[in-house]
Amino acid sequence: MNLEIARVGITALIGPSGCGKSTLLRLIVGLVSPDTGEIQFDGERIEPDTIMKIRRRLGYVIQDGGLFPHLTARRNLALQSTLFGKNRDEIEKRIAELCELTKFPSNGIDRYPLELSGGQRQRVSLMRALMLSPELLLLDEPFAALDPLVRLNLQRDLKEICAQLRQTVLVVTHDLPEAAFLADDIVLINEGRIVQRGSIADLRARPANEFAREFINAQRSAVLV
Amino acid sequence: MNVIPSRVEGCHYVSLKVPSRDPSTSLGMLMAGRGALVILILLASAFSSAADPIIIGSKKFTESYVLAEIAKRSLENAGIKADHRQGMGGTIILWEALRGGGIDVYPEYTGTIAEEILKQPGASTTQIRSALSAQGIGITDDLGFNNTYTLVMRRDRADQLALKTISDLHAHPELKFGLTHEFLERHDGWRPLSARYQLAPAQIIGIDHALGYSALAKGQIDVKDAYSTDAKIGDYGLVTLIDDLKFFPQYKAVFLYRKTLSSQAAHALNDLSNSIDEARMIRLNSEAERTKNYAAAAQQFFGTTERASPFVSETLRSKLLRWITRHLELAGISLLLAVVIGLPFGIIASRGGPIGHTILGIAGVIQTIPSLALLALLVPLPFFGISARTAIVALFLYGLLPIVRNTASGLQDIPKPLRESAIALGLTAGQRLRKIFLPLASRSILGGIKTSAVINIGTATLAALIGAGGLGEPIISGLNLNDHVTILEGAIPAALLALLVQFLFDLLDRILIPRGLRL
Repeated sequence: MNLEIARVGITALIGPSGCGKSTLLRLIVGLVSPDTGEIQFDGERIEPDTIMKIRRRLGYVIQDGGLFPHLTARRNLALQSTLFGKNRDEIEKRIAELCELTKFPSNGIDRYPLELSGGQRQRVSLMRALMLSPELLLLDEPFAALDPLVRLNLQRDLKEICAQLRQTVLVVTHDLPEAAFLADDIVLINEGRIVQRGSIADLRARPANEFAREFINAQRSAVLV
Repeated sequence: MNVIPSRVEGCHYVSLKVPSRDPSTSLGMLMAGRGALVILILLASAFSSAADPIIIGSKKFTESYVLAEIAKRSLENAGIKADHRQGMGGTIILWEALRGGGIDVYPEYTGTIAEEILKQPGASTTQIRSALSAQGIGITDDLGFNNTYTLVMRRDRADQLALKTISDLHAHPELKFGLTHEFLERHDGWRPLSARYQLAPAQIIGIDHALGYSALAKGQIDVKDAYSTDAKIGDYGLVTLIDDLKFFPQYKAVFLYRKTLSSQAAHALNDLSNSIDEARMIRLNSEAERTKNYAAAAQQFFGTTERASPFVSETLRSKLLRWITRHLELAGISLLLAVVIGLPFGIIASRGGPIGHTILGIAGVIQTIPSLALLALLVPLPFFGISARTAIVALFLYGLLPIVRNTASGLQDIPKPLRESAIALGLTAGQRLRKIFLPLASRSILGGIKTSAVINIGTATLAALIGAGGLGEPIISGLNLNDHVTILEGAIPAALLALLVQFLFDLLDRILIPRGLRL
């Protein structure tokens, strides 16, 4: 697999469960290391020596947020920056900025994750990933665990936020409508290989092979039902 | 009379403040200025000729307590300071303590020395003397009585079956035997005895010596082992079965002492030889059990007129304070050690792999060692001996497993997404552990520490078996005297302490477990 992504804008990785799309994100963050081959980020090879530095330039959001339950939303946000030596005022300013950007209710900031709704938790999780203004935002099925209405709101807000920040985003989803809504650039993956890459119109009009056709049709009928 | 308490006070200082003698000295006391220490010793010396008291040990039965008190009085009469560490757990612990220098003197019986200590059954006095001498241990001439093992029964039961000798028991396998654990295991105990007399009773239970007497009185058992000088034989009106095959060796009472003792001290001990016959010993035992005061019995031996009572009996309040303080010291220090050592090991163990499994395995194995066995293993080691130190180390070892296991499992139970989030945020391993993983595992870790603390409070009562004091002291002494009040003096505070500790840890949970985890 060889994949280069655009500096600005959202790229969606889509494919059936187990196709390797999440693994790709985990490889970039260094949660797993490749058996063969290499991953470069901004021209720098991702390996044990470099990964700690690179992680600070990445934002990573997972399905159920990965917020630490023993810390309030505020402290979840501040944790990383504090440990990296940012000063308090700077951190507070950034938190206020992000709350506004993500439309997070200000009275929720001092609550613990268990006191927040699923959608609020994902907003905090997104804020946490954006705290250090990452060069690349990695989203691994960020909305999969949410109910449809909340998901729709969040998808809309995410798109808006990313456009405002001119953020580079790589989002993993198994949901074609979500990919189509968020991203102009969709990468269809199966069994660890890129099957096809293009806009949703391209994918619909000219599926690269039988698998692509089936995957796209299956998702379309699901939406209709 | 006013002089007396201050003299006792003086003794007290010495026994507490001289580190070489009393390893139980607490850290705080060690940190006290050297100068103050010297002054205290000088002050204390003013009250007695020797700064280092001779430490006398005793086993946990009445006669041993009484003989030790008599030795103490005899030494004190000769102007030598002496302390009595009473009621230590069994022959092996006392013998090892004597060899290791933890105690200087203790009363023993020739039969036990030959059979159990030297493993030379039937050794003559000369043989015993030279074998002990080779190990740096001296032995006095015998005190004048033979306290042999014997089997006893209630008179009505024996009469009913017309039992007079041990051989007569052969025809009655239906009789219930209640034997002390030591007797069941001894080389001159139950196994060879039953082989010799061809006894095969249907039911044999192991029971504490003093409890066995009340079981016998209530008819719960029919036959029990006893010492021939036990006061209870007379008190309960029991029948001694005649050892018609002459199975039991002679158990002449003697004092064993370290050869490093001054000749003056050895003289004072030897002066006691041939001064107590069997009848007198039974009377002294009876006096001790009646008054619940061993020192009083010893006093009777020397004649009450000899001295105005130098033994100011401690008030219950001050005894309780002493026991509880020591108990908390033992349980507290050992718990602290268990936390300081157990936590890192738990963290290592949480990573699994062969090292993790080994750590959990070792902690588990330690837990299965019976406490008395662990104490007996530690006592002969040079650093330990009979001291609070040994008790603390044993308690520490027992406290380790709950902490190690709960730390490991608490860390292992952290969900993978949280673990990975911490990594993905770019935190270093140390930051992840301190800021994320340990707080997330805090409930489990504190649970382990709480379990350890409560176990330690309970187990610390065993420290009395090696003369380390604590609330076990009245419990063991009360068991020996079959004196419920004394037992409760230890048992009730111990139970209350356990409850208090439980309560304090519940409070600590509220402080230490992050609020976000308690929602």
